[in-house]
Amino acid sequence: MPGVTPDPQSARLEDPAAETVAPGRGAQLLREITTGNAMISVLAVVAALFLGAVLIGAADPKVQNAATYLFARPGDFGSALWGAVSNAYSALFQGAVYDFDAQTFARAIRPLTETMTMSVPLIFAGLGLAIGFRAGLFNIGAQGQIILGAIFGGYIGFAWHLPIGLHLLLALIGAMLGGAIWASIAGVLKARTGAHEVIVTIMLNNIALYLVAYLLSLKAFQRPGSVNPISPFIDKNAELPLLLGSGFRLHAGFLLALVAAVGVWWLMSRSTLGFTFRAVGANPHAARTAGMSVERTYIWVMGIAGALAGLGGAAQVLGTERVLTGGVAASFGFDAITVALLGRSKPLGTVLAGLLFGALRAGGFAMQARTGTPIDVVLVVQSLIVLLIAAPPLVRSIFRLPDPARAALTGARA
Amino acid sequence: MRLELRGITKRFGSLVANDAIDLVVEPGEIHALLGENGAGKSTLMNVLYGFYDPDAGQILIDDKVVDFDGPGDAMAAGIGMVHQHFMLIPVFTVAENVVLGHEPTGVAGVIDVAKARAQVKEISDRFGFHIDPDALIEDLPVGAQQRVEIIKALSRRAEVLILDEPTAVLTPQETDELIAIMRQLKEAGTSIVFITHKLREVRAVADQITVIRRGAVVGTVAPTTSERELASMMVGRSVELGVVKDAATPGEVSFSVRDLTVIDAAGVRQVDGVTFDVARGEIFAIAGVQGNGQTELTETILGLTRPTSGSITLDGEELVGRSVKEVLRAGVGYVPEDRSTDGLVSAFSVAENLILDRYDQEPFARGLALDPVRVRSSAVERAQEFDVRTGSVDDLASTLSGGNQQKVVLAREMSRPLRLLLASQPTRGLDVGSIEFVHRRIVAERDVGTPVLIVSTELDEVLGLADRIAVMYRGRIIGTVDAHTHRDVLGLMMAGVPHDEAVAQAAAHQTVLGQADRAVETSSEEDA
Repeated sequence: MPGVTPDPQSARLEDPAAETVAPGRGAQLLREITTGNAMISVLAVVAALFLGAVLIGAADPKVQNAATYLFARPGDFGSALWGAVSNAYSALFQGAVYDFDAQTFARAIRPLTETMTMSVPLIFAGLGLAIGFRAGLFNIGAQGQIILGAIFGGYIGFAWHLPIGLHLLLALIGAMLGGAIWASIAGVLKARTGAHEVIVTIMLNNIALYLVAYLLSLKAFQRPGSVNPISPFIDKNAELPLLLGSGFRLHAGFLLALVAAVGVWWLMSRSTLGFTFRAVGANPHAARTAGMSVERTYIWVMGIAGALAGLGGAAQVLGTERVLTGGVAASFGFDAITVALLGRSKPLGTVLAGLLFGALRAGGFAMQARTGTPIDVVLVVQSLIVLLIAAPPLVRSIFRLPDPARAALTGARA
Repeated sequence: MRLELRGITKRFGSLVANDAIDLVVEPGEIHALLGENGAGKSTLMNVLYGFYDPDAGQILIDDKVVDFDGPGDAMAAGIGMVHQHFMLIPVFTVAENVVLGHEPTGVAGVIDVAKARAQVKEISDRFGFHIDPDALIEDLPVGAQQRVEIIKALSRRAEVLILDEPTAVLTPQETDELIAIMRQLKEAGTSIVFITHKLREVRAVADQITVIRRGAVVGTVAPTTSERELASMMVGRSVELGVVKDAATPGEVSFSVRDLTVIDAAGVRQVDGVTFDVARGEIFAIAGVQGNGQTELTETILGLTRPTSGSITLDGEELVGRSVKEVLRAGVGYVPEDRSTDGLVSAFSVAENLILDRYDQEPFARGLALDPVRVRSSAVERAQEFDVRTGSVDDLASTLSGGNQQKVVLAREMSRPLRLLLASQPTRGLDVGSIEFVHRRIVAERDVGTPVLIVSTELDEVLGLADRIAVMYRGRIIGTVDAHTHRDVLGLMMAGVPHDEAVAQAAAHQTVLGQADRAVETSSEEDA
């Protein structure tokens, strides 16, 4: 019977993919972690800052000294602890939001603009990851996607010479393409062979890191007459315009990030594409039964996530740094995972979480410079946030909140 | 042993799962606990078995108050439980499973296999179970696995045996054997608590029937109570038990399956040369015990699985090779057997679930943009039409009861023009009221001239709904019969006996439920 015998190739392609969509306990957990409620996020930050305070106290010499005669004069210990913690956190605040000690208003709000600048790649990449989380894909590859975006956007930015407007537009599109292609590798492999996206994206991160290092060793990417791994400056026409003049680093990438957040909100809540993303993320079996192509959705999701992360790379290279270096992505791609988790995979949440992490990054330096508190405390706080988000029951028990799952369950039964 | 539950109350948050329940099980009595899904039967038994601590009330054994901290205590006190889902390790032998947890040990803690084997053999012989102690669990049919569970309980000297929905997984003949076993155990002095929602079985086997509704005891009655009365006690209002429908007026054949074979990844022939036709305006039911290829058959029709060979045509169009989306667009309405996995996205609202397969079409979408207003207003209409009981269509599907969830699936699948309705286990896990509703909608769809294909493991449902019945066994259609075929014949066919032989065997040996059926038929004739 012609046309009835299925071709064995396609049958083989379908099988592994079918296995990967089985909603195991892991997928359930992932969904809980990535889409829990906002209260948990806020409380996780509070608890992390509190635990950070303990560490600040432990690292402070005065507190250590006062602890030796704790029982003789507990007041000393308390005031030393309070002093150390309040100094460190107020330095963090002054370094991240508003500097009371500054001479001029411009200098006083400079920390805030730094925070906003730092948040741009975090917001872009975080939005991309958030889309993935809601579609059930644990994309760890924002780091590599940022790098690829920076390579594409940067190369177009410094190597081409085009009219104003067009040049920037093409550089941004190039960056999106770069990130999208990189992420799609993981998407296609997952759809076609069932290869797990976590493994593939982690590997792609490393490949991207060495790829940029290699490219910067080529003549085409180096400054004329230099052998340092640093690219020429970005063409003026391809730069993201500064928002507050030359005294501040804040650039139009921040506005683009906010526009992207609105775009992602529309995509996820108001478009048919987002509907499939959410359906596939929440229940791939039902999505498949309703005629959606789970495999095609994976490729779409990764493509869009990569494009957003690529824009984050473009913001770094065309806005903040204005050159392409091997360290262009810093640790933005990894921090973006926390940002998306903390933002509960929602656009607004991701923007707020991005700003918080931008603030921690900007304020951390000031804290170290002014009070000698090691900047590692900031790292610890960030890590604690991840830990606490991943353990909602822990946060609930610390703050004595009811378990929403159980409440919903009994509600359903009644 | 006399078991008494006195005023058992168990709350989960604001939900009262058991409300001051009293229950007395006399020695050597088969006591049926009848109630709908979610009525609180399982909660009560879990309290009795020591899984839950009751918020109020007492458990008395031989008039002495006992306090169970866990199943271990309950077992020690002589209570055994056979769960609906067996607690057996498939790769272990029968003997190993039976002694699991209290293994007889010899020198240096070595398990005394011979002793375990002897124990199994002794109990098996005593009740005529015919269980080989050395057989692996995974090689045994479901009915035999259940007997292993019973042996397990008896080997721990259970004097009260709790059977939780024991017939759900059995063929009619296996059910009949189970009933015989229950009677034997009763003779030997074991009391049995028989949990079920199937009226027919209850009346056939129980000495006492306690009906539970919404966590409270409605009453304890004798098995002579009519099915109709029992049903109305269970539901709280009078219900139509049978399916009310006129004779079918089948039109021309519009849906055909020819020589369909599906071989899965492991190389097993899940569907083996299946051929059948469904005409417009008829309900064609595929009966069979779970796991005989029905799931693969329906998934292949929908396009989820590619067949190895064969053809599926709808109004002359070939469906094999098409994507799920194309099959749905061709006018196939699909009610999956497992609504929570395949039918609904529980984290989506009712409104979103109602457009799950039409979200990208007019009027719900224009280009890439969804129209939330249209989605919602259409959902409100659908919810009303299909009597979906929900506070708002924005509520999550996970907050609905099983019956209402199924109505959402039906509302979605039946609210577009259909050329075939394919419903798998359409009423699994539903309460009597919802079953009535679902059946009515399916018959209504038939009456407008749609071919309807039902796949069901419930013999009652098949007999009530179908105009023609095919029985599937090990991937093959073992026979196609008309709707008036006797349940004993169908039951034998479900166990793999060909039609003619099944007729002969059924005539020679009537099952308990079959007899009950005949009794009902005679009495209703007398009424007439």
